[in-house]
Amino acid sequence: MEAGTFGCMTRIDKNPTGAGSAVTVRGLVKHYGETKALDGVDLDVREGTVMGVLGPNGAGKTTLVRILSTLLAPDSGQATVVGYDVVRQPRQLRRVIGLTGQYASVDEKLPGWENLYLIGRLLDLSRRDARARAEELLERFALTDAGKRPAATYSGGMRRRLDLAASMIGHPAVLYLDEPTTGLDPRTRNEVWAEVKTMVGDGVTVLLTTQYMEEAEQLADELTVVDRGKVIARGGIDELKAKVGGRTLRVRPADPLQLRPLASHLDSLGITGLASTTVDADRGALLVPILSDEQLTAVVSAVTARGVTLSSVTTELPSLDEVFLSLTGHRASAPQDAVPTDDRQEVAV
Amino acid sequence: MSATTTITATADARIPLRGHLRHTGALMRRNLLWIRQDPESMADAVLFPIVFTLLFVYVFGGSIGQSLGGGQDAYVQYVVPGMLAMMGMTMAQGVGTGFNQDFNTGVMDRFRSLPIGRGSVLFAKIAVELLRMLFATAVLMVVALLVGFDITNWGGLLASVALSVVFGSALMWVFLTLGVVMKNAQSVQAMGFLVLMPLQFGSSIFAPTQSMPGWLQNFTDYNPLSALADAARGLMIGGPVAHDLWLTLGWSVVLTAVMAPIAIHKFRTKT
Repeated sequence: MEAGTFGCMTRIDKNPTGAGSAVTVRGLVKHYGETKALDGVDLDVREGTVMGVLGPNGAGKTTLVRILSTLLAPDSGQATVVGYDVVRQPRQLRRVIGLTGQYASVDEKLPGWENLYLIGRLLDLSRRDARARAEELLERFALTDAGKRPAATYSGGMRRRLDLAASMIGHPAVLYLDEPTTGLDPRTRNEVWAEVKTMVGDGVTVLLTTQYMEEAEQLADELTVVDRGKVIARGGIDELKAKVGGRTLRVRPADPLQLRPLASHLDSLGITGLASTTVDADRGALLVPILSDEQLTAVVSAVTARGVTLSSVTTELPSLDEVFLSLTGHRASAPQDAVPTDDRQEVAV
Repeated sequence: MSATTTITATADARIPLRGHLRHTGALMRRNLLWIRQDPESMADAVLFPIVFTLLFVYVFGGSIGQSLGGGQDAYVQYVVPGMLAMMGMTMAQGVGTGFNQDFNTGVMDRFRSLPIGRGSVLFAKIAVELLRMLFATAVLMVVALLVGFDITNWGGLLASVALSVVFGSALMWVFLTLGVVMKNAQSVQAMGFLVLMPLQFGSSIFAPTQSMPGWLQNFTDYNPLSALADAARGLMIGGPVAHDLWLTLGWSVVLTAVMAPIAIHKFRTKT
């Protein structure tokens, strides 16, 4: 069986240290001149789980992934992946990772099949095994019919699927997904999510970077929120959702002068119990974190009982912006200095 | 069986020679497939020897030929070995541009995150470019025969081709380094052009250097392209060879020894 070598290696190599953590990052620092892309990041990804790294452009997500895939050397700090040190054991480490995302792309001039075959050969599969593995993965990612066509003719979704297939060839123990759905339409995004869920079901450990709360919620078991090279929050999805509100009730009083009195009134009632109401003065709205339909109903009745006229009431999943607003009190704005590596993302789309 | 595989694979921090060959072979296949997908990329290898040979033979051939003590026929004998030298240079320049484009697609990041020797990517690129160079040389020889080139020594022809391949591959390390270091393909091309022009024309490729001013002759004497062209002349149509042959080989060794480690290092540490 062609998968034997790698499958077996993965199992034994996994975690020589015996800890439950597949990726361990301690005090990682990377500066580009004045810009601190990473400013002392700690991170643990437990084996077999999906860690979501959530942050805006320029937060340092891509820098983190590039260091963890040995493409970039850190200025200081330590990082190990299944026990292998990113600086001292890069060759061993490269054997156990898969990389996919906006920039680690496939060769567009080559047909899908040739892309997968090439990577199989580079991962030391025999000709026959590389051929079999390429066909197996084309089928699994529903690309068999397109296998002979150059990847340049693929749709956005097909290309991401080919990219995922390419990163799975070596049966990686840890898979990095760097903003896997940025730039995709919603339907294609769902397709990619479904593929990722299947792979997670197979027991692969995933480090996912994303700008979308929704994506993190769909895929991640745990979440690390980063901003300007620093970790600003971490925890289980539910834990963080409790902090930032599972949903946000956006209440707009007809009279903007009502904003602040209404906010303190709602907080004093303690309905939501977990996080306080935020005033979004720019847009003349209150953001009330709610965890259940009961809380929603209670908030609306409290507002009505006060006799405040409302011009709109909507509920929404928190956007990255709101997560940041709740966690840090400031918006997730791009830093003044763009981080060099993040420029590449735009080029690669 | 799987247990042994695991142990070797785990202990395998160094890549065995067979691994390097396998990786280089797989990457060569990729570069050859590029040519198949995009046959137009061979246009330079076909057109360059045709256009330049015809241009020089029919435009300058008559007058330069006179100074050689003959006519256009004498110039054909003079310029064809020179063209062979120029071919090495021009084809070598293309390697930097192509390599730079590769970087901007991001596919290099994938290669660099795989457990392969990073030199493999560069070796594969050079090997395929050398094949393109041989193809261009074959075209050149056909054109040369059509315009009346008289090969007196077939063994010498083969030796000249081998020499230009050696020198061409040494030059490729220079252009690969440019391709890795510079930001975009346009600047690689511009830079390559700036290096190429003075080296090509300030040499004995197209015309004998006796009529050039003294300072320029000093330059052409040390220009490795003059040495390569003169060595090819000697090998193909007879004349002194040894000095120019050693000079060309010396340049090739020095260029490779200096530039190959730099290219691989820059490739390895490119962010």
